[in-house]
Amino acid sequence: MADRKIRVLVAKPGLDGHDRGAKVVSHALKEAGMEVIYTGLHQSVPGIVNQAIQEDVDVIGLSIMSGAHVPIMRKLMDLVRSREIGEKLVLIGGVIPQRDVPLLKELGVDGVFPGGSRFDEIVSFIKDKMKTN
Amino acid sequence: MGVATYIKDEKDAVKEVILQSGIKVKPVYTPDDLAAVGFDYKNDLGEPGEFPFTRSIHPLGYRSRNWTTRQYTGFGTPEQTNERFKLMIAHGQTGLNVAFDLPTQMGYDSDNPMSEGEVGRVGMAVDSLRDFEIAFKDIKLDRIGSGLTINAVASVMLAMYQSVAERFGYDKNKISATPQNDILKEMVGRGAWIYPVGPAVRLVGDTIEYAMKALPRCNPVSVCGYHIRESGCTPAQEISYAFMIAFAYIDNVVARGYRAEEFVGGFTFNLNIYGNLWETVAKFRAARKLWARLLRDRYGVKDKKALFLRGIFGGGGSGMTKQQPENNIMRGAYYALAAALSGAQTTALCSFDEAYTIPTERAALLSLRTFQILMDEIGLRDTVDPLAGSYFMETLTKQMEEKILEEMEKVKKVGGMVEAVASGYVQREVARQAYEYEKRLQDGAVTKVGVNKYTEGVDMEVELHEYNEDWAMLQIERLKKLKQERDKKAAGSSLKALEDAAREGSNVMPHLVECCKSLATVGEMADVFRNVFGEHREPSIF
Repeated sequence: MADRKIRVLVAKPGLDGHDRGAKVVSHALKEAGMEVIYTGLHQSVPGIVNQAIQEDVDVIGLSIMSGAHVPIMRKLMDLVRSREIGEKLVLIGGVIPQRDVPLLKELGVDGVFPGGSRFDEIVSFIKDKMKTN
Repeated sequence: MGVATYIKDEKDAVKEVILQSGIKVKPVYTPDDLAAVGFDYKNDLGEPGEFPFTRSIHPLGYRSRNWTTRQYTGFGTPEQTNERFKLMIAHGQTGLNVAFDLPTQMGYDSDNPMSEGEVGRVGMAVDSLRDFEIAFKDIKLDRIGSGLTINAVASVMLAMYQSVAERFGYDKNKISATPQNDILKEMVGRGAWIYPVGPAVRLVGDTIEYAMKALPRCNPVSVCGYHIRESGCTPAQEISYAFMIAFAYIDNVVARGYRAEEFVGGFTFNLNIYGNLWETVAKFRAARKLWARLLRDRYGVKDKKALFLRGIFGGGGSGMTKQQPENNIMRGAYYALAAALSGAQTTALCSFDEAYTIPTERAALLSLRTFQILMDEIGLRDTVDPLAGSYFMETLTKQMEEKILEEMEKVKKVGGMVEAVASGYVQREVARQAYEYEKRLQDGAVTKVGVNKYTEGVDMEVELHEYNEDWAMLQIERLKKLKQERDKKAAGSSLKALEDAAREGSNVMPHLVECCKSLATVGEMADVFRNVFGEHREPSIF
């Protein structure tokens, strides 16, 4: 288990096509030694959850820029619970106003990384959480 | 992506400046520099309004005609968008630039499960001609031109615009619309694609061919270097990719038996402003010159007006920051200055709150005022191309020209833009550079005020545009009612005719106009294409 690379699914849910952030973070996580699977654009929430299960990832990271992060994460976290994959770390990045962070945490999102977050912050967050789990 | 690289010594003196396009800037320029790059007044500059149009496409620049201001506008329901249109026009805006919500951009009706949470969020929702009738009510469509920021279903929206104009009693020969209609750049940068590359480019060709014959004042395509630059490319690449994309569309229509001269005057460009001021101005001057020269040499275009590089040069969102958002007001003002010094015909600014969400009324008006102050107070209308003849600017313009041509060669080597996009070449190149830039920003190798320098003590709260979930309910109700009330047979048979045209390869535009007029929905028309063409699959870039 110690040698297994951390596996991350970077996902773009919904209709928003702005993927600069998702790709930049994917690059950074790869460079930090993680295995990254990028879903590509326009993914449905059930599709993302299925892929997370099939690929046996440790982390699901979503990038949302359109402002629809609350309805999307509500749907996703419901599925995470019903499919019993609560052990997977769920992160979100994108255009996320500060005022929405408490609500996202309440929904069960583990980490919120709005645009401009530092790579080392994201990387050490994931590594720390993986250690304690 | 935003700024040049500055190498300094221990006393903070700038030792080296390297622009993003890779050009080194010297501390002093003299006539020797012009000689070194082979600058020739007549060939490289010439008179404003004369080939190669480096200085301007108009002999008198802004003296003869002020620029058109077109803030990107639209949210919620068509009623709200119509109100905002009228407000901006009342405050002196001279063109429209319509923002559509994501379901509309992706060809889904408001009641489609895929649309959930997105109806009216980042633009206005449009399901049918009924919505356009509301959105454009009391707008003088023969006087005001409209940019339509739509790509995958641009053909549908151009047909919709013609239909609403005709419904209001305007002559279609007098209306002016500019659908963005640049699907290749969506595949590189903005992501609102639906159909595979081949049929998607064919739809662009259909709109160009149709506009050439039926909508003489419309510009059927606005080629967007803008979004590719937003995604991470350099200013030189922005122009080279835009030109290579434009060639792909031109070639599609030329293959139908037309001469480029007949239609290329309808091409416009949407290009980006942020980062280094000098590099930006040189970029636009080089682009005007190169476009005219390439059209002449590659396609034999002779008509002067068809050689003009016209377009919207807009302040880019990537220059704006979430941190210390009010700083973006100042950034916007400098971007607007760059637009004016570059001879933009049309311009728009991202508003200061757009790193968060679409702009409030106050933020949108501030952007408009920024343009008005430049033209009416600061003196940007006084003389055409005021930087012309500067040793530095003319040298840099020549160097940018070289860089743009170099990048075009790279795309030609991989088989042209359609191939470069289908294989993921451009996407990889752009994503790599975005990552490199982000790393340098985080390392502090490039400076962004309020982000990695001067970050202390200026916490600012901005008032944000609020999304209202009731808008989706209203829109879905209206759609339901439409489907009950419309003549089902008429809608059905126009959709069938559209499907036949899509399959046979004949121009879909006349059929789309019939579909719009018979109240078929955007989702129904887009689905016809989905069924016939299938959907695009992204090449893997990792």
